Amino acid sequence: MLERDSALVENAIKEYYFNHFDLVRIPPKPAQREFGYQKINGGMTRHISIKDVKELHLLLMRETPSDVYCSNAYYSFPSMPMSEKDWQGADLIFDIDAKDLALPCRKDHAVSRCGSCGTVFPGSRPLCTSCGSPKHETVSVTCRDCIGESKKEVKKLVGLLVEDLGIREEEVEVYFSGNEGFHVRVTNRDYEQLESQERADLVDYIMFNGAIPETFGMKRQSSSRSELPEMGEAGWRGRVATTLFGSKSRAPKASRQVLAEGYSAFQEKLEGMRQTLGARVDPKVTMDIHRIFRLEGTINSKSGLAKTRCADLDGFDPFSEACLLGDEKVEVVASSPAVIRLKNKKYGPYENERISVPKYAAVYMICKGLASTV
Amino acid sequence: MKRCVLQPGIMDLAKYPFLAEAGEYLRDKGFNLEQLGHPDWAPLVEKAYGRIVVASSGQVYHPEGGRLENPDMEILSFIVAVILLKAAGINTLTRRFSLAEARRAERFLQQDLWANKDKKNLDLPLKIISELFGIRVHVEDDEFVIKVADYLQRAVHFHEKEWKLVNRRVGAGLVHLTSHETVRLIRTELGQYISARIQSISLPPIPDTFKSRVGDLVTLAGRFADAPVVSSDYPPCVKHAIEVLEKGENLPHSGRFLLATYLLARGQTADQIAPLFKNAPDYNERITRYQLEHISGSSGRGTKYQCPSCDKLRSESLCFKVPECDGIINPIQFGRKRGTANA
Repeated sequence: MLERDSALVENAIKEYYFNHFDLVRIPPKPAQREFGYQKINGGMTRHISIKDVKELHLLLMRETPSDVYCSNAYYSFPSMPMSEKDWQGADLIFDIDAKDLALPCRKDHAVSRCGSCGTVFPGSRPLCTSCGSPKHETVSVTCRDCIGESKKEVKKLVGLLVEDLGIREEEVEVYFSGNEGFHVRVTNRDYEQLESQERADLVDYIMFNGAIPETFGMKRQSSSRSELPEMGEAGWRGRVATTLFGSKSRAPKASRQVLAEGYSAFQEKLEGMRQTLGARVDPKVTMDIHRIFRLEGTINSKSGLAKTRCADLDGFDPFSEACLLGDEKVEVVASSPAVIRLKNKKYGPYENERISVPKYAAVYMICKGLASTV
Repeated sequence: MKRCVLQPGIMDLAKYPFLAEAGEYLRDKGFNLEQLGHPDWAPLVEKAYGRIVVASSGQVYHPEGGRLENPDMEILSFIVAVILLKAAGINTLTRRFSLAEARRAERFLQQDLWANKDKKNLDLPLKIISELFGIRVHVEDDEFVIKVADYLQRAVHFHEKEWKLVNRRVGAGLVHLTSHETVRLIRTELGQYISARIQSISLPPIPDTFKSRVGDLVTLAGRFADAPVVSSDYPPCVKHAIEVLEKGENLPHSGRFLLATYLLARGQTADQIAPLFKNAPDYNERITRYQLEHISGSSGRGTKYQCPSCDKLRSESLCFKVPECDGIINPIQFGRKRGTANA
């Protein structure tokens, strides 16, 4: 990021932490967690111990980090090197990101930025439209559909956590990540001791990975109707039955058909269900028991939006509720083929235009590489 | 180690003689080591020795006739076997004995769980599982249920697909299991528990009548001490698998599969490979040979199994990569591609 751009972003972030520090929340057991932060154009500083909110406030004011993280794990010695921290347990965490969902809307707002001349052009092309360079980065601009589809995945995940894994709803916290998706944190004592490999198997359950036909009563030879799942059964058997049969009245006919189609066809059906019924989370995040995860209420430097708790997921509008930087007018030169919507107002498309926009919109575009200060 | 509050009866102690209550029971009945050293008790020492010999061959000990007709002898023979093992001081034998006794107890636990699932004396097997291993098992509609986290912490070590959580019946935070599956889950921990109990016992001066059998145990252990030839050309994953077996520790199924497929691919025969598995705590010559022949394709459907890829080994935590592994995707390529990579 250019120096004059980073100064604007840094000032906006400092002002946010000064005015809205009450929105920054530390998870339980702060003294046992590892904290970390990044500054604009800087590397990651981690293995920091913070004992309370006051100490965090001081750090935010002193360093003005662009991104702040806190471990999902609790340690005896959080500021020691990893091998000496003495891991005590970790919250279960999940990451759902719109860019991993292969959504059809993505092509409508895909934007690329040339790595050589900085030209911004729509879609993803092999060569820059201006200088012909093959180097370019994809700029992630999120739309309402991306958020809507991500919310559906969150709901699937929360349903599985509550119905199948016995986690109480009040133990599940859903956050807008501050950019393109959602974070889910579970604080449940039964699960906090799970190691990485055990969490990997849990993620496979959530994503419906690795299910075999035998689990649903379908064998390579001589399957019987009585072993097929029934609607109303708990867990995946019930969900598979609902998908296969649709309704109880259709079940006898549909189950005969399932048996007639055989083992391989059933395997294909399971694969299809994996795509539609499994919650599409990022497995690497959940498996990582030493991860530092973005802290609630802090700014995400990929967008200038804040990681925000979603009390009412359905009604949550990240483009308004997580857009918390200042609104005084700032002049920037913008190049954005995509339309950006923030606080119910449209910005763009712009073609190398000098514009005066609220600070939060200017920061959003600068963070995405779509604008620069004058 | 956890102290049990199980209040088992004498038949329970005959089934589960590793419980702390077994020692208390014998003390209450007035048995002591000096007394057991009397020649009249020679059959007991023979029974104890036999129990170790059976275990060392990878089999599970059963009393004659298969019934626990003399519970005192069952309990005493276990205790004397432990004393003989302590006196011999050979870890391989202790490990084999612990695993075999765990499998014996597993059988009883399974029977007790199944036979008593609707009666009040289900308490004991459930208490054993809960007190010794911290797993709360409940009965729900003729099935056994445990918490998802308890399940994952154990099942994750099994490599068969049916043990994956997605292939279990799960609801409301509980996993549904049969009695067999319930006890299978704790087999390793049961073996470790018995082994730890043996390690924790301090050895009293042993009677002279025990000494010849202690000497026999040292001779018996010699059978497992043949050091296999390890080539320096083997990749680190294969060396690791051999080292684990050499120590008499349990190598997971996937590790054994790696070792067998790798050595077969290097041109060794099932006869040459079989002795490597001699030190495995559950070694059974007949089964080992059958499995090697199956993997080599000389029996069964004739499918010759290939050595698993480095990716697969990594996912199974069996990869111990060294710089010389750079550029290979299968352990078989180790050493062959090395020259090319350095060129």
